[in-house]
Amino acid sequence: MTPDPITDSVLQRHGVTRDEYARIVTMLGREPNLTELGIFSVMWSEHCSYKSSRVHLKTLPTTGRRVLQGPGENAGAVDIGDGLAAVFKIESHNHPSFIEPYQGAATGVGGIIRDIFTMGARPIALLNSLRFGPLDDPLVRRTMSGVVAGIGGYGNSIGIPTVGGEIGFDRSYSGNPLVNVFCLGISRADGIIKGTASGVGNAVYYVGAKTGRDGIHGATMASAEFDDTLNEKRPAVQVGDPFMEKLLLEACLEVMKTDALVGIQDMGAAGLTCSTCEMGSRGGAGVEIDVARVPQRETGMTPYEIMLSESQERMLLVVKKGREAEVEQIFDKWDLHAVQIGEVTSDGRLRVKDHGQVVADIPNKSLTDEAPMYRRPIAKPSYIDAAQQLNLDALGAPPAPRDVFRRLLASPGIASKRWVYRQYDHMVRTNTLLLPGMGAAAVRVKGTSRALAMSVDCNGRFVYLDPFVGAQLAVAEASRNVACAGGLPIGATNCLNFGNPEKPEIMWQFARAVEGMGAACRALDIPITGGNVSLYNETDGSGVLPTPVIGVVGLVENAERIVGRTFRSEGDIVILLGETRNELGGSEFVHVVHDQIRGVPPRLDLVREASLQRLLVDCAATGLIRSAHDCAEGGIAVTLAECCFDTKLGVSVDLAAVPDTPSPYGDTAALFAESASRVVVSVAPAQVTALLAMSASAGVPARQLGRVGGSRIQIAVKGRPVIDEGAADMERIWATAIESWFEQRRAIA
Amino acid sequence: MKFAIVVFPGSNCDHDTYHVAKEVLGQDAELVWHKDRSLGRADVVILPGGFAHGDYLRTGAIARFSPIMQEVSTFAAAGGPVLGICNGFQVLLEAGLLPGAMLRNRSLKFRCEFLHARVEQTDTPFTLACRPGEILRIPIAHGDGNYYAEPDVIARLERNRQVIFRYVSADGEVTDDANPNGSVNNIAGICNEMRNVVGLMPHPERACELAVGSADGLSVFRSILKWGRESFNEDTFTTMTASSTVFNK
Repeated sequence: MTPDPITDSVLQRHGVTRDEYARIVTMLGREPNLTELGIFSVMWSEHCSYKSSRVHLKTLPTTGRRVLQGPGENAGAVDIGDGLAAVFKIESHNHPSFIEPYQGAATGVGGIIRDIFTMGARPIALLNSLRFGPLDDPLVRRTMSGVVAGIGGYGNSIGIPTVGGEIGFDRSYSGNPLVNVFCLGISRADGIIKGTASGVGNAVYYVGAKTGRDGIHGATMASAEFDDTLNEKRPAVQVGDPFMEKLLLEACLEVMKTDALVGIQDMGAAGLTCSTCEMGSRGGAGVEIDVARVPQRETGMTPYEIMLSESQERMLLVVKKGREAEVEQIFDKWDLHAVQIGEVTSDGRLRVKDHGQVVADIPNKSLTDEAPMYRRPIAKPSYIDAAQQLNLDALGAPPAPRDVFRRLLASPGIASKRWVYRQYDHMVRTNTLLLPGMGAAAVRVKGTSRALAMSVDCNGRFVYLDPFVGAQLAVAEASRNVACAGGLPIGATNCLNFGNPEKPEIMWQFARAVEGMGAACRALDIPITGGNVSLYNETDGSGVLPTPVIGVVGLVENAERIVGRTFRSEGDIVILLGETRNELGGSEFVHVVHDQIRGVPPRLDLVREASLQRLLVDCAATGLIRSAHDCAEGGIAVTLAECCFDTKLGVSVDLAAVPDTPSPYGDTAALFAESASRVVVSVAPAQVTALLAMSASAGVPARQLGRVGGSRIQIAVKGRPVIDEGAADMERIWATAIESWFEQRRAIA
Repeated sequence: MKFAIVVFPGSNCDHDTYHVAKEVLGQDAELVWHKDRSLGRADVVILPGGFAHGDYLRTGAIARFSPIMQEVSTFAAAGGPVLGICNGFQVLLEAGLLPGAMLRNRSLKFRCEFLHARVEQTDTPFTLACRPGEILRIPIAHGDGNYYAEPDVIARLERNRQVIFRYVSADGEVTDDANPNGSVNNIAGICNEMRNVVGLMPHPERACELAVGSADGLSVFRSILKWGRESFNEDTFTTMTASSTVFNK
């Protein structure tokens, strides 16, 4: 190996600092060549190494009675009974989706699906959490159209339903959209397969698409801010091929049914580099490959390019010696070419050859466990104290409730997402129990009487105003949504989207959010079994709202007892579980009406939240309640309206006055405050007493608000009517608000 | 009855169709790989939905060359019932077993949702148990479902009563609003002249249990069983068992 001259500009291009370089030299005992530097640079990138976040992530609760696989593998897994496991994870594809929305989002879907089937699980559900800028910006609409089409294009083709998700809008995401994709699969509890290489002499196989020059340094790109050189970064986004992945999925699941496999890992970020050294490191073994044997799409590729390519739809397998023919035969059936590119060794090193000549020789551990870990400086941002001040009196008299109500229903964050989910196949595999928009996502587990409820959530405004409480509220909301459907939360995965971690203010947001998330998960007994961190979500130095998305999985014992968001029958009684307080801080009201993110987020009492969620699960299991819908953005007024939409039913209720509210804001707080731990449920009249008794013994405040019926949404506060609107009219506003931005049929005034 | 469900690389509704035949209807069913050259002892053949070969060319354009399609053609020519659902319909069009072609949806977008399809004719193996004019609440999920044929072909289809399903409003009216993709005459499904080969874009296999939103699609599958009973000795068929997973919500 001839050493290449490693200059400062070479290091800078690789995103490697001088200190990190010195560390590489120490670990190798010599200067690296360019190929080795490339390998170090991608493995030590923020995206692969979690070097800024690991010290914080270690504090999260990751164990529990049901946890079969915690963080560290391709995905987490929890026991769901019947000898089965739910395998799930969420991952971001923010940076590629901004550069090239369709392919960026599509390959994000492809990547998370590979993570799931790599574990031996058949993927059965996709969800996503998306953030965009305001829709009046044509570039934002172009990005959103592309992202939605890309998610659909991949998921629809491969045949995994996109069953739910959430979308938020804020100016901070205009130049940096968030695309977080969640996938869940089912495997046998004793059949989870790991990404490990072991057994000296076992064959290392490469299967799937050929390697091209696409995506070289994708992981490094995802670890830097955007600036005006954006267009030059376009070649670092890959192009997805869902058909190839469908073949890989079916063939790999078939191979896994044999016991010829030792381990398997997909080639995602940092491609062949990451899969070889991580598998070796996990198995305490070495891996030796010859890049000349790697199937290539282009001619003249160097070992550097082959090792760093992020071409999609590729898998690395370790196969037991002597079983090669069996495995090759299965891939042949699916018209896939499995090629042996190397073997497992005993020396713990990643050794890369090119036509037999060694071109890189690095200890696996130095690329993985021994990668740098930073405790970056943190500092409370100066904006927080000022932003937390919300002086209602200074905002002037509030607009009439009916006007606010209409504006909130038309606000894209609240409005129906039908235009989006109609582009996703959400029914393939015939497990979908709740259609998108009808509550938490819910799929049955065929062959059992159980179902799984899932929800991904985060209110970035709350996190911006108070990262600790905001992250807790995200956990509470996601798990509450799952509990509303009747699911007992049993596990979670997180996707932490923040700005540049080298800024102490951003790192403070991150650290506080992780603390809050950990505290909430401990209190609600929800282990986090894995996830993903996306930092450097900044364009031209301006960061996104801190957005720690959490995906919660809940177990529904009786799939027949799934509860949805909508009212069911005329005459049913509407009950509010929980209490409304004067909490307009960070609300959709303040955002939509005053264009501000201001105030203190709602308080959260985790003990109360836990009681509420237990009560909801019990009520669903006994069939006591007919609908349940969480109060979130837009407050109880929006919740009540959403309970009516898609039913042709109306509702008539009388809300309690909210204590301690400045006089002109009494109605506003009662209607639109976003206090936590509240759920609107409906029950048959004969069940009211039973529900009130159950609530009382659970220590959950419950109040009878009114009844389902008629064709109007009629809301009074302390006996005084404040909103009285036709349900169909309100539904039209809500249902068409997003669509009207995209369908150019609007009359030109 | 024995169902043969053809699996092309990229089929993705194969398991769902199998589930209905096997678990919901309690019938014998087999997945048949596209490279196979025999349909075994199948009584009915279903080409399921999906994206055969990725559909990167025209939908169904490559799948028609799969070895099994020769067998499907022979089976159909002998009067055997063949049903193509969604991508399966597209394959039947490309294979020339049904007339016409599919264009991109007029919205240029993939569309997935429940809608209403009216049963136009009940003298096919797949609509035999339906009431004439029965309205099925049934989902679609496609990007290329805009059925097109030359005007004279459409006229012939209408004249010969070969239009089997039509997109309608909830109350059964043929309107433009009820047409999800721009298909000529709101056509959702057609049959061949022998009436034993039927293709439709909606997914009856996704609407066979109330748990997943509708059981209207069962009419199509019950028709197959009825056709079987009427065509063969009744004793050779297993009794249709009610699925344990059908329940009222």
